[in-house]
Parts: sequence; C-alpha cells; structure tokens
Amino acid sequence: MFSTHTDKQETLDLSKFPADKIRNFCIIAHIDHGKSTLADRLLEMTGAIAKTEKNKQVLDKLQVERERGITVKAQTASLFYSHQGEQYLLNLIDTPGHVDFSYEVSRSISACQGVLLIVDANQGIQAQTVANFYLAFEAQLTIIPILNKIDLKNADPKRVESQIEKVFDIPRDDCIRISAKHGTNVEMVLQAVVNRIPPPAVSSDDPFRALVFDSNFDHYRGVVANIAVFGGRVRKGDKIVSAHLGKTYEVNEIGLLRPDEHPTQRLYAGQVGYIIAGMKDVKEAQIGDTLYLQEQPVKALPGFKPAKAMVFAGMYPMDQSEYPGLRSAIERLTLNDSSVTVQKDSSLALGAGWRLGFLGLLHMEVFNQRLEQEYNASVIVTAPTVPYKAVLSSAKLIKNRRAIQKNMVYIDDQRVMMKYLFPLNEIVVDFYDLLKSLSSGYASFDYENAGYQAADLIKMDILLNGRSVEELITIVHRDRAYNTGKAMCERLKDSIPRQMFEIAVQAAIGSKIIARETIKAYRKNVLAKCYGGDITRKMKLLKRQAEGKKKMRRIGNVEVPKDAFINVLKRKDK
Amino acid sequence: SPWSSLWRDPVSGEVPSLVHSLLSWPYCLRRCSYCNFNKYIPRENNSHVMTDCLQRETETLLQLSQISSITSVFFGGGTPSLAHPSTIAAILETVSRQVKLPASAEVTLEVNPTPMGMSKLEDFCRAGVNRLSIGVQSLQDNDLGVLGRDHTSHQALEVIEEAQRLCPGRVSVDVMFGRPRQSVESWEKELSDLLRVCDDHVSLYQLTLERGTQLFKQVQQGEVTVPAEDVMAEMYQCARRTLQQNGFLQYEVSNFARNNAVSHHNMSYWRGKQYIGVGPGAHGRFVPLGDGGVVREARTQTLEPDVWIHEVQQRGHGTRRKIQLCHLQLLEEVLVMGMRMTQGINHNHWALFSPQMNLQEVFGTTSDVHQLLQKGYLILDDRGLRCSWDGLVLLDSMLPALLLELETQIQQRPQRNHSADGQTQTANSQCE
Repeated sequence: MFSTHTDKQETLDLSKFPADKIRNFCIIAHIDHGKSTLADRLLEMTGAIAKTEKNKQVLDKLQVERERGITVKAQTASLFYSHQGEQYLLNLIDTPGHVDFSYEVSRSISACQGVLLIVDANQGIQAQTVANFYLAFEAQLTIIPILNKIDLKNADPKRVESQIEKVFDIPRDDCIRISAKHGTNVEMVLQAVVNRIPPPAVSSDDPFRALVFDSNFDHYRGVVANIAVFGGRVRKGDKIVSAHLGKTYEVNEIGLLRPDEHPTQRLYAGQVGYIIAGMKDVKEAQIGDTLYLQEQPVKALPGFKPAKAMVFAGMYPMDQSEYPGLRSAIERLTLNDSSVTVQKDSSLALGAGWRLGFLGLLHMEVFNQRLEQEYNASVIVTAPTVPYKAVLSSAKLIKNRRAIQKNMVYIDDQRVMMKYLFPLNEIVVDFYDLLKSLSSGYASFDYENAGYQAADLIKMDILLNGRSVEELITIVHRDRAYNTGKAMCERLKDSIPRQMFEIAVQAAIGSKIIARETIKAYRKNVLAKCYGGDITRKMKLLKRQAEGKKKMRRIGNVEVPKDAFINVLKRKDK
Repeated sequence: SPWSSLWRDPVSGEVPSLVHSLLSWPYCLRRCSYCNFNKYIPRENNSHVMTDCLQRETETLLQLSQISSITSVFFGGGTPSLAHPSTIAAILETVSRQVKLPASAEVTLEVNPTPMGMSKLEDFCRAGVNRLSIGVQSLQDNDLGVLGRDHTSHQALEVIEEAQRLCPGRVSVDVMFGRPRQSVESWEKELSDLLRVCDDHVSLYQLTLERGTQLFKQVQQGEVTVPAEDVMAEMYQCARRTLQQNGFLQYEVSNFARNNAVSHHNMSYWRGKQYIGVGPGAHGRFVPLGDGGVVREARTQTLEPDVWIHEVQQRGHGTRRKIQLCHLQLLEEVLVMGMRMTQGINHNHWALFSPQMNLQEVFGTTSDVHQLLQKGYLILDDRGLRCSWDGLVLLDSMLPALLLELETQIQQRPQRNHSADGQTQTANSQCE
C-alpha cells in the first residue's frame, strides 16, 4: 500500500472540511446483498477511482477476499462529494457481511453516525440484516434503508419495503431503491447521506482525541492505525499518547484513505484516516484505544469488548522442522487479525503447535487460506484438545447430561434467550457453526467460563496388534467413547498400508475393546514380470517405497505412516 | 574404475563375453486388451527398412559395447513372429560377422500361436532360431476373446506341437492366470490340460491391470471383473505346487523348467549381466567402452518406429535415453532382480558386484531383515541370500527394507578399488 506523496499533499486541505461538512457512515448488510458493489459505485461517482468496468469490489484487497468474493477486513475510503454547491467529505467504511465477522462491523459502527442498511430487493431481510440492524440501532445511528438489485427480474421492492417497516419500524418512504450494479439511483444515496446522516458532533477546537478502530502492520513503516478523530486536530510532528499503554509517540504521517493512502498535513475532528507514529507492535495500537496529545490528556473513549472465539482448532506444522516458519507466519497474520486467539499447544503425534480460536468456521478457513497463500505455510488442522483436570482420589463423579438448561428468557416477541451449561469439549469444534446453520444464521451465541466440573470422562486407547499408540490416547466422555473409537479405527484402517501380517486396529477402555477394524495381510505381493523394460519402472517404485519407510513410525511390528496420525487427528468438516 | 573387475580379466586383461542381446520387433496386428507395451500396427513395405535398421543398430551397439561374444539372442516385441524369417537370418548374420556367436548360443523367438505363425516356424528355425516361446495365455476360447487374442486354443495346441517337433526340449509356453471369471477350479483344470501338452518350460503370469489398457477401463467401469486378490494368491500357490509335482523346478517368480530347460536369456537379466537392446523401445544395460565409458548405463531406444528408423539412418543407432548407474544403483538392480530367482543371490555372484562388502555385512545386521529371517521368509546362509517358498510370494513387501539397508551400508563406506598396478582410488559412489 504505497502512494506517491508529493502531488497529493498540496491538493488536500482538510481545514476546508469542518465537522458539519463531514459524514461518517458504513454500509451494512447480509452477505451478498451488494455492499461492496455499492461501495465500488460510490468510489467511482466521487472520483476516488476511475470509472471502468474493472472496478469490482475494489475495497476487497486481500487475495482471499477476491477469490471468495467476500469481505474479510473492513476497509475505509474517504470520498469528496459536491452537493448543492457545497463540498462534503464522506467517510465510508466497508464491512464484512459474513456472520463470523460481526466483530468488524461493530468496530466500524463505533466510528460512524449513520449506516446504509442494504437489503436485497428479492431476498428481503436475512439473518445478518437483522443482526447488523440491531448493532446500528443499539448504537443509535441513523439508518438509511436501501433496496438493492432492483434491476433483477425477481425483485419485489414493495414487499421488502413492507417487511422493513414491519420488522425495523422504519417508514417505507425512507427506503431508496437502487441497482448498485448499474448505478441506478446511487446519486440519491449520496444525497441521503448528506441530508439524513448527522455530521459528527465534534469540534476541532476541543483537545485532540481519536479512536483507533483498526490497525495494520506494514513491514517498512510500522503500525498503521485507522482512526476516527473525535475532537481537535493532529498533524505531523505532534507528540501523541496512547491511553491504553500510556506510551508517547511522534506522528510520522497522517492522511486519508481514498481507499489508498493519501498523506495530508493535518486531520480534523470528525474526519477518519490513518496515522503512523513509530509504533512497532500492533499491540501498541490496540483496537478501541484512545489517542490524545501529550500536552492535553483527555478522558478515554469507550473501548471495545474483545472478540470472543467461537471455533477452535489445533494447528501444527507438517514437520517439526517447519515449526519456526509456521510460528512466524501465524505471528504475522495475527498482527492484522486481532480477533484470533493464540495459545501454544502440543501433541505427541504432531509435535509442538498451537490452539487457535476463531470467530467462526469461515474465519478459520480464511485464516488457513491466508496462511497458505500469503505465507506459503502448509498446516495440519486438528480438532483441538480442551484442558482437563484429573481427580486422582476416588471422589464421587456426578453423572450429568451433556448440557443442562439453566434459564430461558423472552426478550421480545421475536427473540428468546436461553442459557445452558455445556462441557467445553462439546462446543469447541463445530457447535457455533451448527447453531448458525440450523437457525439460518439468526441465532447468536456467547459463552463464559463456568469453571471445571466433574464429568464421566474416560481414557481411551488405540491399539495396533495389541500395542497402544501413545499419540492417539484420547480423553472422551463415556457416552461418546464408542462413536469416537469407531471413527478413529476406521480412519486408521484407511491410512495404514497392508503388511505381511494381519493388523488388528482396536479402540479400548482399560482392557475392554469397544471398537475394531482389521487390515488384511498381503497373501501375494510380487511383480509378475520383470524383464528388460520393466526393471527401471520397478526400481523407481521400490525406491519410493524404501524412502517412505524411512518416515514411518514403528508401533510394535506395524509400520504406520505419518499421514495416518494426521488423518485420525484432523478436523472432520466437509 | 571400480567395476572393471566385472568385465576385465585381472590376469589376461581380456573383456569377457557375458552379454546377450535383445531385439525388439514392435509390430502387432492388433493390441490385446491387457497390453501396455510399446507396439504399433505395421505399415506395408516397412519390413525391408526395419531389417536394415535393426542390422545397423546391432552393429553400432555391438561396437560400442566392445564385447567379443554373445551368449543369447532374444527376439521380442511386439509380435516378432510377424517378421520375415529372412529378417531373423540377416540379424543373426550381422551379429556373427562382428562378434563370436557360438552354435551353443540360445536364440529365442516369441511366437503368437496363429496359423500364420505356425507356417513360418520351420523357416525361423532354419534362419537360426533354436528356442520358441509361445504366447498361449489361455486354453479357454472365451477368455482368449476377452483378452483380445487373435487365435483359438486349438490353434495354440497345434503350434505347441509343431514347435516341439522343431525344437524339442526348447519350447516355452506363456500362460496367464487371474483372468476375468476365472476360478481356482477352472485354473487347476487348465493347468492339467496344459501339462499334458507342454514342453519343458512354462511361464505363468498373473494378469496385471495396467492403466491405459482397454481391460483396465472395462474393469473400472464394472463391465468386467477380475478375481479377488485372495483368489489370485490361491491360483498362484496351487500352480506352483502342481508344477512342482509334475517335475518342474520353479527357478523364478513366474518361470518353471524341467530338465534344466531354463531361459538363459532371462537368467541373464536376473543375474545382473550386461545386455544390448536393439530396436524401437528396447532396453539395454552395458558399459559403452567404445566411447571410453567406464560405467554401466541403462539405455532405452526411441519408442516410435518411424522416428527410430530415422535416427538409425542418421547416426547408426536410435538411443533415446542413457543413464549412468552408480555403484549403489547397480547393486540395487542386482538385489531386486536376483531375489526373484529361487536360487537368490549367491555369495560369489554378489562379490562380482560388491567385492568390499559381502551379503552378511550388508544385510545380516538389521532387525528388519533379522525378523524376516526369523519368520522364515528369507534365508541367509553359506550359499547366499534368497527367499523361501513362502517368502517369494511376498518379495515386494520385503524389498523396500532390503533396499533401505543396502543404501545405508553402501553410503557409509566409500568404495575403493585396487587396479592392476596396486594404486588405490576412491570410487564414485555418489548417487542422487
């Protein structure tokens, strides 16, 4: 993200944009209802980007975003718009539509005074429409409802407008019907932004105060923080302090995002832009942090609740020799994705690795994809372990069901909140995603630690011809033992090659066998013909097998390839 | 060079003659459903050019190898019995012009048992062929159809008879088992029918499905089923027993002989001897002494007949690929090929290729091999290293462990050679 500085610095005099000429807004919607396309049109119409056919989801910069057609990271763009003879500065923040990334949405919202709530004119209100509406509503932002894709045959704007009126209590006349793809009525959107969204209630005469709502790490320039200025002004050379850590920095560069960086001399209250101030670590520009001038300390702005991880996975390098490389890749990626929780972990089979927490399954997949694409790392992803405490004395174990309902409360005539006590093991892998999928995305989920509870847990062994495979010992609830054991045996059967003797694959609890698979012995394994032309081919094959042998693990007399462990331990999704 | 002891007599300095020659006639009238060999439909009037080129390449490569005599010649392909007997005669003449081709040399021709093939047998023998290998494959006419063969079992039996008349005691029959819809019972019956009419050599091959063949596709698509693995194993074992009961000695995985009627040509492969491959797609293993080479090379001749012809006309031979075999690679081939023989690898034989490390030193020390010896699959004694009756069936399961051990032992010790004047040199034993 490099920009040429020289010519741009002269043209941008932000003092011409007092707060009343500024509008801060974001676009929120359910996935695929057209946020990014509308963002493209707005950028084109205000001259931020040239109008060409090639503008497709311009704000989606990450490779993974472009490939999957989704927005992962919220990007910001400042637009200049002339309306009725006046120049306005419109700050647009694009947001992810996927449920996993709601966290990004609420952060963006905190820097805005209004939102464009996009609804597909055929699909109508969907899960994320509702979720995002509530986020905006609770933050008391102005909501401008926009019906998109009116150009499509199945569009039924009247019906959707009724829906919006009924569900959100927004008058149908407030709705603007557009086609972001064709640009139809997009001009009306810009006008609505100017007319209906209030300017930020801030003043440049107040002491400088800015909220950090995002940050990126750039290898050459350090931390680049996205800020919304809530008061005062800041310029290059100023000494600023971060409220969270109390550290002082000197401002090296500030500017607008259009969406590329455009450095300016100053930033004023109400404006949104970026700041580079010699911070080396993204932890120094904590999301939700407040920045102020050294000489003028201020009260910190309300920050953010840290995002809660919903889906967990174990990640291990293919080979322990790749550990440092993977560690560094994970570190660099989490620099720019602070909603991933990271904890060191280790597995007998796979060596040293991590237990990572994600906002959802998509978040995890995107993370993996970015690891592979941007950092060339190849990773084994496992179902994670959860911490257990073993009681050594023979205390009484309380039999309990896997989940116990604690509470049920009706919030309004549309929503109910239920409280359950769950063993962590039951939710770490896929509970969140299943919940979302079963409720078509409408259900939301949060959890807190309820401490350790006694449970009917047992240790399950996996045996190969009677010998325990240490790496595959599992702690499992008694009720789950059979299914888990059977699944592990089946996976092993498919991953261990046949040998000169039969192999019994068993799952056992103590001395009791609870599941079994058999790998038959070879009765004949010799090439029928081996003459002149066959020799080379046969040698290649045998040499390859000999090489493979080197990497095998010997359990008793059974040779087990590394892949077998991976196949048993890896996540089973899709 | 470290391997000069293989071909240069340390006393007389003479190059010995342990070389045999394989000729490839790559044409067939049609392609059998299971076949993935290098073969083509013959063009008209090609025979003359082919013959000339075969002669030419034979000359060139004999010269290159600098061998002084040939112990066996094998005409394979393709269907060599499609060639004109005069072609065979011409090639044999070319060989004997250049090197010593003793009367005792084995000259084998592969025969497709059609009436046409039968009518030419006598002429082939007159041209110099003294051993006939007949591709019978099956004595069931239904199966011959499924296999895409162009003869009947009756015709095959006639050819067997005729062949024995011409070359008594020197006829081999090829049969395939594991065919679609075959059962152990029908196989046993077929074997006893075969034993009534065959000569002193039988080759039994398990049908192998090769990717890209018609049969492979048919099996994949479920049109045709082949017997289960266990059944194939049973067929093989019962064939071994039956042949043994009938006086045959199994001397290799798929080859059985009575009255010492082994195929000398094939034995040469398994014993790691040098050989020269002539013709499109032929393979060879020899040291190109004529070019100043000192290392054995694995060579392949160009596959497509037309291209091969052009190359031979241009520069005397159509060698497409040649790879130098380092010491380890050579030993690996000796191991893999030698273990296919029931006699295995004896100590003297191994010493020819690995003077510094004997079989005990290479293989006698690991627990893997020890286990195989314990279980009775392998035998390592004062004769050498070989498979037991039970071990031979599972050879390919044991070879990776043996290869690994060989690699470890050889790479630990750089090989040294003492040349005639007593100086020591370190050999090039670095393989990729």
